[in-house]
Amino acid sequence: MAKELIKGNTAVAEAALRAGLEAYFGYPITPQSELLEHLSARMPELGRPFVQAESELGAINMVYGAACTGKRVMTSSSSPGVSLMMEGLSYIAGTEVPMVLVDVVRGGPGLGNIAPAQGDYNQIVHGGGHGDYRMIVLAPASVQEAVDLTALAFDLADKYRAIACIMLDGSIGQMMEPAEIPPMQPLKTEIPDWAVRGTQGGEKRLLTSINLDPPAQEVMNHRLMTRWQEIEANEVRYKGYYLDDADYVVVGFGTAGRISLSAVRAAREKGIKIGLLRPITVAPFPNEILDELTQSVKAFLVVEMNSGQMLEDVRLVVRGRKPVEFFGRMGGVVPFPDEVLTEINRLVDGPLTTDGHPRNRWLARLAETIG
Amino acid sequence: MVVTDVPTKLVYDRPAALDPRVTHYCPGCTHGVAHRLVAEVLQEMGEVENTIGVASVGCSVFAYNYFDIDFVEAAHGRAPAMATGIKRVLPERTVFTYQGDGDLASIGMGEVVGAASRGENITIMFINNATYGMTGGQMAPTTLPGQVTSSSPTGRDVDRQGHPIQTSELLATLEGSAYIVRRSLHNAREIRRAKKAIRTAFEVQKQGLGFSLVEMLSNCPTNWGMTAVESRDWIEERMLTYYPLGDYKVSPAVAEIKV
Repeated sequence: MAKELIKGNTAVAEAALRAGLEAYFGYPITPQSELLEHLSARMPELGRPFVQAESELGAINMVYGAACTGKRVMTSSSSPGVSLMMEGLSYIAGTEVPMVLVDVVRGGPGLGNIAPAQGDYNQIVHGGGHGDYRMIVLAPASVQEAVDLTALAFDLADKYRAIACIMLDGSIGQMMEPAEIPPMQPLKTEIPDWAVRGTQGGEKRLLTSINLDPPAQEVMNHRLMTRWQEIEANEVRYKGYYLDDADYVVVGFGTAGRISLSAVRAAREKGIKIGLLRPITVAPFPNEILDELTQSVKAFLVVEMNSGQMLEDVRLVVRGRKPVEFFGRMGGVVPFPDEVLTEINRLVDGPLTTDGHPRNRWLARLAETIG
Repeated sequence: MVVTDVPTKLVYDRPAALDPRVTHYCPGCTHGVAHRLVAEVLQEMGEVENTIGVASVGCSVFAYNYFDIDFVEAAHGRAPAMATGIKRVLPERTVFTYQGDGDLASIGMGEVVGAASRGENITIMFINNATYGMTGGQMAPTTLPGQVTSSSPTGRDVDRQGHPIQTSELLATLEGSAYIVRRSLHNAREIRRAKKAIRTAFEVQKQGLGFSLVEMLSNCPTNWGMTAVESRDWIEERMLTYYPLGDYKVSPAVAEIKV
């Protein structure tokens, strides 16, 4: 199949449909709406349910209901809308039913703006909803990667009875790029045993997240956490660029990773031995490779389109063994490769330190830039 | 006296669709009656094995324990959305929610209005007892003017705390609503009428005619601070005036249904 020039949101929608999406429930919000719009036409064409819900609360709970039937279901939204969905996500995690969430991240907090951002890292990677649960979080850096990760998200959700989130940012969602969308897959025919369908003469099934007996609830929590350990062991994905001989490594995901790659290439042209580690799964986080790199490199630069939310995960692995510096833009401002290159040069020029917090140094520098 | 010769007639038996366990409901509470009616109707329709129930949050949070029916448990107020999701992917199943007034008419008003306006082909059992039962009898969206609750200790002051919501009247204005009626569970005659309405509501769904809801005026002896008998009188004397029984929406197609 040939590549076509396609917008990220539309591509993810079509990829989901071809991966066997059986029902979609959503609510319009910029910069995600093309995804919903595409499915509003395509799903009815294929005789599959599409509902524009009354709110994000409605949408996520429609997903919850449909997910309880064991079908492949999805919703999509953008940051403030995903915040509204947190209640439902916690219930879905607590009920152990699979679903796919697409978050096309925009500037915040609050209503913020509709520009690309990565400020949802904490609410998606480190919870947001109440209780102990984790979501699998995939962070593509191109339209093609978003397409590829969409099919993977459904497989992972099914495999682990978990929520798989594709965390785009507004630029991946809105950008048009050549991409190849895989051919149509048949719908899942096997319905898992746990899925409700009417007793049909058998034992009744109950899907709930309530358990008033704390010790029993703890057993359930333990099951979720051991499953997460399994996910951590099996599902880490990342892409490394120029890591083999790197003295310095930039760590960045999604669009920030992609922009950083341009800066890394420019630095390489100047003879700087620098590489890029781009986590594709930000949850589970690629701890192992980061730990290996900690032993071989001189210093790290973390680049994000937020105030350093992933930075904390990097610091947890590096544990002060090597200097970590940070560069970020917030509120929907997208960094230029030149800015990242400047930060790379600053890192290489030194002096390097493991003292203090990199965020504080960055904030002081940023104050000079943005006034 | 030898009683074995007296001819016996079975006047009530627990429907098989109702689990034989003792419920957690307070003595005198009408949840048990409502559960029984739902079980009887689904059984009479032969729909028990083809049904998926959606429990809500409130005293009936554990409703799923009492039915021999596949069940899911929704977040507070979101049962109509969850039912929408299920019904859309399994249109041949009978899908119903069982919700109280705090769940449906307060936190879940958006979801129920959305479902009704879309004409979702689901059925809602709406239990209105004018209070939040599970959390200890606080003021509900349906609490009557002047009614004393644990969060309106001097009686609901409508100037300060607003007016009770007449849910059936409200939902009846929506085009997607096919069958919206209010019944009561305070005496045998009204219970029989409620059962007939529940049957009609499920028939509406079975025939694909749209959104159906049966509001049932119910009691809460514990939180109202009354005996069961007093609470039934209170429904009759106080609730019926603010919440008149009747058929608020019967679409032309539904009017053809004979049960």
